[in-house]
Amino acid sequence: MSKQPVAVVGVGQTKHVAARQDVSIAGLVREAAVRALADAELGWADIDAVVIGKAPDFFEGVMMPELYLAEALGAVGKPMLRVHTAGSVGGSTALVAANLVAAGVHGTVLTVAFEKQSESNAMWGLSLPIPFQQPLTAGAGGFFAPHVRAYMRRTGAPDTVGSLVAFKDRRNALKNPYAHLHEHDLTLERVQSSPMLWDPIRYSETCPSSDGACALVLTGARGAARAPRPPAWVHGGAMRSEPTIFAGKDYVSPQAGRDCAADVYRQAGVTDPRRQLDVVEMYVPFSWYEPMWLENLGFADQGEGWKLVEAGVTELDGDLPVNPSGGVLSSNPIGASGMIRFAEAALQVRGLAGEHQIDGARRALGHAYGGGAQFFSMWLVGSDRPGS
Amino acid sequence: MTTAAELLAGIPELAGAEPVTRVTIPARLEYTYSPGSAQARFLTALPEKRLLAERCPQCTRVYVPPRGACPTCGIATPEQLELPHTGTVTTFCIVNIAAKGLDVEVPYCYAYVLLDGAHVGLHARIGDTPYADVRIGQRVEAVWDDRRLGPSLASISHFRPTGEPDADPESYRRWM
Amino acid sequence: MSSPAPSPVHSGARSGRDVAVVAFAQSSHTRRTDQLSEVELVMPVLHDVLKQTGLTANRIGFTCSGSSDYLAGRAFSFTMALDGVGAWPPISESHVEMDGAWALYEAWVKLQTGEADTALVYSYGKSSPGSVRDVLTRQLDPYTLAPLWPDSIALAALQAQALIDAGLTDERGLARTAVRSRRAATANPHAQLRGSADVEDLLRRPYEVEPLRRHDCPPISDGAAAVILAAGDAARALHANPAWIRGIDHRIEAHQPGVRDLTESPSTRLAAAAAGAFDAPLDAAELHAPFTAQEIVLRRALDLDDRVPVNPSGGPLAANPVMAAGLIRLGEAAALIHRGEAGRVLAHATSGPCLQQNLVAVLESSAGGTR
Repeated sequence: MSKQPVAVVGVGQTKHVAARQDVSIAGLVREAAVRALADAELGWADIDAVVIGKAPDFFEGVMMPELYLAEALGAVGKPMLRVHTAGSVGGSTALVAANLVAAGVHGTVLTVAFEKQSESNAMWGLSLPIPFQQPLTAGAGGFFAPHVRAYMRRTGAPDTVGSLVAFKDRRNALKNPYAHLHEHDLTLERVQSSPMLWDPIRYSETCPSSDGACALVLTGARGAARAPRPPAWVHGGAMRSEPTIFAGKDYVSPQAGRDCAADVYRQAGVTDPRRQLDVVEMYVPFSWYEPMWLENLGFADQGEGWKLVEAGVTELDGDLPVNPSGGVLSSNPIGASGMIRFAEAALQVRGLAGEHQIDGARRALGHAYGGGAQFFSMWLVGSDRPGS
Repeated sequence: MTTAAELLAGIPELAGAEPVTRVTIPARLEYTYSPGSAQARFLTALPEKRLLAERCPQCTRVYVPPRGACPTCGIATPEQLELPHTGTVTTFCIVNIAAKGLDVEVPYCYAYVLLDGAHVGLHARIGDTPYADVRIGQRVEAVWDDRRLGPSLASISHFRPTGEPDADPESYRRWM
Repeated sequence: MSSPAPSPVHSGARSGRDVAVVAFAQSSHTRRTDQLSEVELVMPVLHDVLKQTGLTANRIGFTCSGSSDYLAGRAFSFTMALDGVGAWPPISESHVEMDGAWALYEAWVKLQTGEADTALVYSYGKSSPGSVRDVLTRQLDPYTLAPLWPDSIALAALQAQALIDAGLTDERGLARTAVRSRRAATANPHAQLRGSADVEDLLRRPYEVEPLRRHDCPPISDGAAAVILAAGDAARALHANPAWIRGIDHRIEAHQPGVRDLTESPSTRLAAAAAGAFDAPLDAAELHAPFTAQEIVLRRALDLDDRVPVNPSGGPLAANPVMAAGLIRLGEAAALIHRGEAGRVLAHATSGPCLQQNLVAVLESSAGGTR
């Protein structure tokens, strides 16, 4: 049984902001979906199934919200699936949708991911008082900061590297009209003098809390041939998971991330990702994760990721631009953040990324991770149909 | 996109009405959590100032607190052993931001302490020392809070330096 | 139901790769499991299905689970259950915040792509930590319905009353369904409620929410279930009598109960048509109808008459671990085929208030239906 080729023909997202008080949750997801359909020049009747993802239900205080969203997403009478794989969910959701097309189960699928963090309190959702559990002492930052320190210790990276990434991503965000943070006055000095929240992580090196949604329209070869704009073709996609906590876990460069990337490269026929990929959208909620993931994803040797950052390789005009959209550091509607990475990768190879377009991008990686750096989902998209 | 205000403007009866942008809906649900049998054994030993770990019969890794299953082998870990109250800091951060609902004064040092004989780090605070002195490889010991002894990790107030020389990195490198 | 069976919509649900259920295990469902964490509840059923097939976790091509954070009362609850799988070296894995029946669907899709030949599917639900009747109100439209706290029994009562008002059943008919289910469960060692008083006795008891009495409602259960799927030759190698999934499809309806005709289940009927349920006679059906009246709705949607045994396991009226009860229907249907007791069985799972979302699968032995 051979897989059917899968193409991204529609991409939509909302303007990510701290609080979208003008729309309900239904209004938010529909806005992204309508934009994705408009990009594909398709209507609701053209959609065979809907796959939706978001992070924990406690973030909005709605259990299984897809039930309430059936009408808003035109799913009545159709199959609707709800994915939840922690922070990687936006990516996993897109992959589940892609598999529906690849398997030949459906012709055209709409996939949506969202988070409306302003409707509840995400920090509260993350830290419900479980009396006997080891407390997640200070939210996600407190969880990840020790691993950043372990990376610095292991590689000897100078402590300015994190600020370089943050400054780059925030400047990139100025070119992306959908990004949450548009900090026109930010300087590198301001990043480096921002408050130390979870030493060694500074305030300006952390992601914001956003309301936002992202949607994609996925279809097969026939749908792609009818698409009004160039499609992005899925050349490879994979998910990998490892346990939350285990003896010998490498929090700095988790094996699941390495395996996931290797699987995607194998599917796509990529043997030298640094040379063969034109742009990367990776999930970097704290700036130090850029050098960490550069190593984990095979773009740099162990211990060398920070050198690529220092040399400007990951800048918009570098030879491996990372997060031209501004990344998670500039917009973080948690459940949607992974899908936004996948969507931005697709926009790049379609040549539709606007001001943050990388000229001539033909192959791009979209990456997401979640949980205790344990769940990974990635896809590699290209401007050419696979095998052509 | 049509805005809420534009929609309202189209309905004469609602002319001039303020759009509803927020409704607050309190919800309260109560849950009684079950730690499970493995964690229960660990918790009930804490008031006696004992740290009970469990060893996987297959990979022989020692987990504290026990998780109910060896996460890499997917099997129960019935063999119990008691661990000493000393260990090594494998990594840490200094938290300068107060978490909502957490009764801890900032700044504080949040660390992974690899108890001697264990293969996973215990999440703990480091105290009784300037934070600038906290380092990876530092040797520490548990300080019990006699007023809060009970079936909870709050029985351990924090860990403090023992004053021993730092641990050999080889002793904890694989378990960072 | 008077309308003709709808013709299957464009869907590949009945073509593609042959995939079968080759193992099924479930816990003995109980009202409370205070001594067990979720991983301790799940692990025995995982070990059971692995043992049945002789597989190990790292030889499984894909793993998918279904569970709910709201039921557990904590965010990311599924990450703890993953410890029971032994996900090392790292595995290809996913999770749905839905009943495990939809996890099985995701796994079936994965096998259809050809990227995996075997899949482990599991789900679990501990209803005991909270009040499940209140927890389920959080599934409703957060702006207009959830603030009113209409609980799951009240919503099911609305549906039952609509059915009675339409002359499609009566309280006696509902009681007969309860008696039949719980008496069937006497043969099921995993069931929670086994045996029943007779119809006359039940009808003398007080209403829970009129017109529903306690016997019309499911028990509150803690439980877990696991299934192994395999494709083609892998399935034949792992079981002498694989339960082939001949068709599987699922559909959702509008959320607002007020815009639906609660006496009908068009989403079940659409899914059943797409799964090929109407193409040949069935030997049995396992229906995920937690309330007696919902079985009546589903029977009508599926054109099931009294000749087709429904819920020989006792069904969700005998044990209802939320998030696992749908997967258990698929497992029980497969087990009938594994044991050679049936050749063609329909399995159904539901989600949401008043049967809002429904999944239908048709499972067959290699020989097909026996009648």
